[in-house]
Amino acid sequence: MGFDMERFVAMGGLGGGHGQHLGIAYRAHGPDWAELALPYDARLIGDPTSGVLASGPIVAMMDMATSVAVWLKRGAFAPHVTLDLRVDYLRPAVPERTVIGRGECYRITPSVAFVRGIAHDGDPDDPVAHVAGTFMGMKP
Amino acid sequence: MTIARTGIGLAMVLPPYAEWLGCSIEWVDGLPQLVMPFCDHVMGWPGLLQGGAIAGLLEVAGIAALTHRLTQEGGGRIKPVTVTTDYLRTGRDHPTRAVGTILRLGQRIANVEATAWQEDREKPIATARLNYRILRG
Repeated sequence: MGFDMERFVAMGGLGGGHGQHLGIAYRAHGPDWAELALPYDARLIGDPTSGVLASGPIVAMMDMATSVAVWLKRGAFAPHVTLDLRVDYLRPAVPERTVIGRGECYRITPSVAFVRGIAHDGDPDDPVAHVAGTFMGMKP
Repeated sequence: MTIARTGIGLAMVLPPYAEWLGCSIEWVDGLPQLVMPFCDHVMGWPGLLQGGAIAGLLEVAGIAALTHRLTQEGGGRIKPVTVTTDYLRTGRDHPTRAVGTILRLGQRIANVEATAWQEDREKPIATARLNYRILRG
């Protein structure tokens, strides 16, 4: 039993078209967390004067990393939807650097999962973003 | 770069990410409204919009509203501080529209609310509250 992360990644579970086009890749996981990577891509720039990545792709990665963290903690895949997700932008990601997103599920009930995470560009102690959110299970 | 012209000859340049999402601007009552067609780029589960693409569109709508207002006030730079997205309904395989409403634009901070909908504006699929740091030109 349990949630088979390798099989999930092999089946292309990391977010269909959007995740694939963004180039989001699997890095690591544990019993209640997952780590993904978003490679730098000039097409994803949000501020042309500085070359800093837009925040949308970082939200997409953190949504996926925290989603997977829920299934890892639950020990099984169960469809859910994002109820809300707050992102605090602590500093701009450095241009050309891959952004790494680590999502954690810290509390789970039969219907709601509570998640948090950080995104960083090399040093987890100097994050670029902090996220907090909730997912609702699809079962009644 | 996507350059959308207003009825009064103003131009707004959207960042590369907005173009990547497939966004374009429609001007409604002199204010920018974003349109994002459904395509593989923005799909999560088969036939459904990905939450990150929705959040991205809301953010582009917020920045478009602020850029438009700041341009009238002498320009300035916009840096995101916090974005909180509430997902209200499933996004389906339809075009998605979004507008940003400026709640307050001060000297240093702007508070913006953005709403996204598909077929019926009265049934939004997501809303976001966006707080920005403003660096006046």
